[in-house]
Amino acid sequence: MADALSAPDIRSGRLTPEDYLENFDDLHPPLGAHEASVEADRCYFCYDAPCTIACPTSIDIPKFIRQISTGNPVGSARTIFAENILGGMCARVCPTETLCEEACVRNLAEDKPVQIGLLQRHATDIYLSQTERHPFERAPETGRKVAVVGGGPAGLACAHALARRGHAVTIFDARDKIGGLNEFGIAAYKSTDDFAQFETEFVLSIGGIVVECGKALGRDIALADLRRDFDAVFLGMGLAGVNALRTDGEDLAGVIDAVAYIAELRQAEELSALPVGRKVVVIGGGMTAIDIAVQIKRLGAEEVTIAYRRDREAMKASAYEQELALTDGVVIREWLQPKRLLGEAGHVTGIELERTAEDDAGRLSGTGETMTLQADQVFKAIGQSFVADPLGAGDVPALEGGRIRVDGDRRTSLADVWAGGDCVAGGEDLTVAAVEDGKVAAAAIHAALSA
Amino acid sequence: MANLSSNFIGIKSPNPFWLASAPPTDKEYNVVRAFKAGWGGVVWKTLGEDPEVVNVNGPRYGAIHGRDRNLIGFNNIELITDRPLEVNLREIKRVKRDWPDRAMVVSLMVPCEEQNWIDILKRVEDTEADGIELNFGCPHGMSERGMGSAVGQVPEYIEMVTRWCKQHTRMPVIVKLTPNITDIRKPAQAAKAGGADAVSLINTINSIVSVDLDAMAPNPTIDGRGAHGGYCGPAVKPIALNMVAEIARDAATHGLPISGIGGVTTWRDAAEFMALGAGTVQVCTAAMTYGFKIVEEMIDGLSDWMDEKGYTSTDQFIGRAVPNVTDWQQLNLNYVVKAKIDQDACIKCGRCHIACEDTSHQAITAMKDGERHFEVIDAECVGCNLCVSVCPVEDCITLEQMTEGVDPRTGKPINPAYANWTTHPNNPNRVMDAAE
Repeated sequence: MADALSAPDIRSGRLTPEDYLENFDDLHPPLGAHEASVEADRCYFCYDAPCTIACPTSIDIPKFIRQISTGNPVGSARTIFAENILGGMCARVCPTETLCEEACVRNLAEDKPVQIGLLQRHATDIYLSQTERHPFERAPETGRKVAVVGGGPAGLACAHALARRGHAVTIFDARDKIGGLNEFGIAAYKSTDDFAQFETEFVLSIGGIVVECGKALGRDIALADLRRDFDAVFLGMGLAGVNALRTDGEDLAGVIDAVAYIAELRQAEELSALPVGRKVVVIGGGMTAIDIAVQIKRLGAEEVTIAYRRDREAMKASAYEQELALTDGVVIREWLQPKRLLGEAGHVTGIELERTAEDDAGRLSGTGETMTLQADQVFKAIGQSFVADPLGAGDVPALEGGRIRVDGDRRTSLADVWAGGDCVAGGEDLTVAAVEDGKVAAAAIHAALSA
Repeated sequence: MANLSSNFIGIKSPNPFWLASAPPTDKEYNVVRAFKAGWGGVVWKTLGEDPEVVNVNGPRYGAIHGRDRNLIGFNNIELITDRPLEVNLREIKRVKRDWPDRAMVVSLMVPCEEQNWIDILKRVEDTEADGIELNFGCPHGMSERGMGSAVGQVPEYIEMVTRWCKQHTRMPVIVKLTPNITDIRKPAQAAKAGGADAVSLINTINSIVSVDLDAMAPNPTIDGRGAHGGYCGPAVKPIALNMVAEIARDAATHGLPISGIGGVTTWRDAAEFMALGAGTVQVCTAAMTYGFKIVEEMIDGLSDWMDEKGYTSTDQFIGRAVPNVTDWQQLNLNYVVKAKIDQDACIKCGRCHIACEDTSHQAITAMKDGERHFEVIDAECVGCNLCVSVCPVEDCITLEQMTEGVDPRTGKPINPAYANWTTHPNNPNRVMDAAE
């Protein structure tokens, strides 16, 4: 088979400028005013609404929808922001099909939930585009200081909630701008027009938040120093590690970490400058696998195949996301695990995959049968891991399953350190869950500082 | 296909669907289009004396919309025809000549002087129209000049003008009533006393459809100000049905032919008016919303329903519901129902629960064994129908009659006998048995 492999075909600028604009335009165009009004009217204003229960941040969904319905979108957005200050981004990136919209009672009646995500976007878009004023007023300064490590969704939500209560917050972020995965991770077609930065500025406009970029924990700042200099610390640094395939050939050129590539894509001035293979294989079954597969296809790759070791049902990417990929022409192949990366002259040319099977106990094993896919690029999207080293040595938060252990208040084993977002154990790896972590932690920090 | 033909006070039409006196019947062009579309008859837009009236040059209509812009209620401040009398008469004559099988009724409104009525009646007779309708209902503009509802609100005037018309024309006389009164039976009785062949109702209801909160003025707003207008459309149907029924079951007017008007939009609306005693129905808002084509659905729908029920002519069901319209005090107090929720159909929105819990009888659970579950508590349920009304799923909640056993709410055994308020022990004015 090896001799059938051709030299790598990796190029930039595979498409016309118009193609890039179209392919990376808003995945879900926003609702027009009339559409929103009609859609809002579909909400039954349920008692003890299942959608609100399903929302990790407990947004009062029936209320905000009713406010849209009555011609008060600004008030509607205020209802959303009251529970989720990143409600604008969550409206774009939440897997609503497994959260609020899955819980919508209309599914039982007609399999067609109220489009809660799009309605939330409608209200927040109107607020953010028409109102200069921040929706909340900051309480008088308390004189207390809190350090927030990581300016992603968890850190931003925590910082905002603390600043609102009058505390002085400093956000430290390792990158050159804050936003975390909203800025560097979300698929481009879900957050168009630089929305992540726009929203970040909106969050910071509450006042009382200082941002220090280019400050990485364990490199430029130390947890011990933060604990000394601040009244409380919130850790929301996400996952810095990327899981390895642990197969031969992983160091070949063209074998790429999907997370890093997406970050590059999100920051790219010109999408046409990105290197894109003609034949691409993606290894993994989560949201990152879908995001890289769809985006590389939309960048002009001809053949994109996701290889996953179990079946589609077991994929962490929702059925909706899988559909998105399939619609874009991505092939999803099940029951395949990477065995060996093939290469020529230091560059990947293909991947040998082994068929897998599951026994009665659900354990996965290779069957010995293999197959080979040609590839100019192979993307690794098999998960990320928490890197604990930056926490330092000695008096550090206890871990659980490789991530930071927290209690219901998101407090770590250290009395003055809280944590949230992807870096904590038991998380859901969702923007909206990170926001809730930050919100809950802020309430607990405030209670502790007010005691 | 059932026979839909109608003979209403001697006025024949191929079906009972007439267009009401309103903009759709203001001129030959529209009426011919209506007849081509299949309408059984028209009441030509109200004629008055020359010089013709003038209308505002700003908006005439206001609307209440549903969320998807479906038109629920409609109001207008348009006056009677603003075209010269002679032009209208000429067109009426021509249309009647060209469409002899259709009902041609002419609506009239002139000042309350006998000679004025004599003059216009003669001219209308010359058109060969089938009948006249006296517009005693228009609630705006004309009423300020002592006509329209200003007449309709004074039974003595109704009787007087009706008598003049009966005296001075061979044409059948329909008296159109205004709903802007306290007891619709009084003007109907007056019309009958004056010799009216029929009444038609309802005309439009005094209304302000909405307020422009920027202009701080009623809609429709004309140069910063607005006036009340006549309300119509689907929203007024319940008011109209009740008024039709009141006249149909009043001993003094029982049997007086009625042409039913008020929010008729579908064949079913028409059938409901007819069940309450209307011999024909008149339509305006639905036509102004969708155009004349809607009559096709009305004709087909009524015919299909009649076939299904075995009615071969409209006479067989006109007035059939009237005997079942009664007063509250005649309702059977021994009739006990309980709401029942079909758990397979329930989508668990909880609206029944919160409506009952917050505003009624605390008779629906929200939880059972820790699960979201909505179930009626018979011991609390009074059978009020609120849950049925607010449930978004059709037929999910039904009211089931208790025919035996003990009502768990009252602890009293179900009594199969009929008993009403007139004999109830709590009624201080109850009818006593001779023995008591």
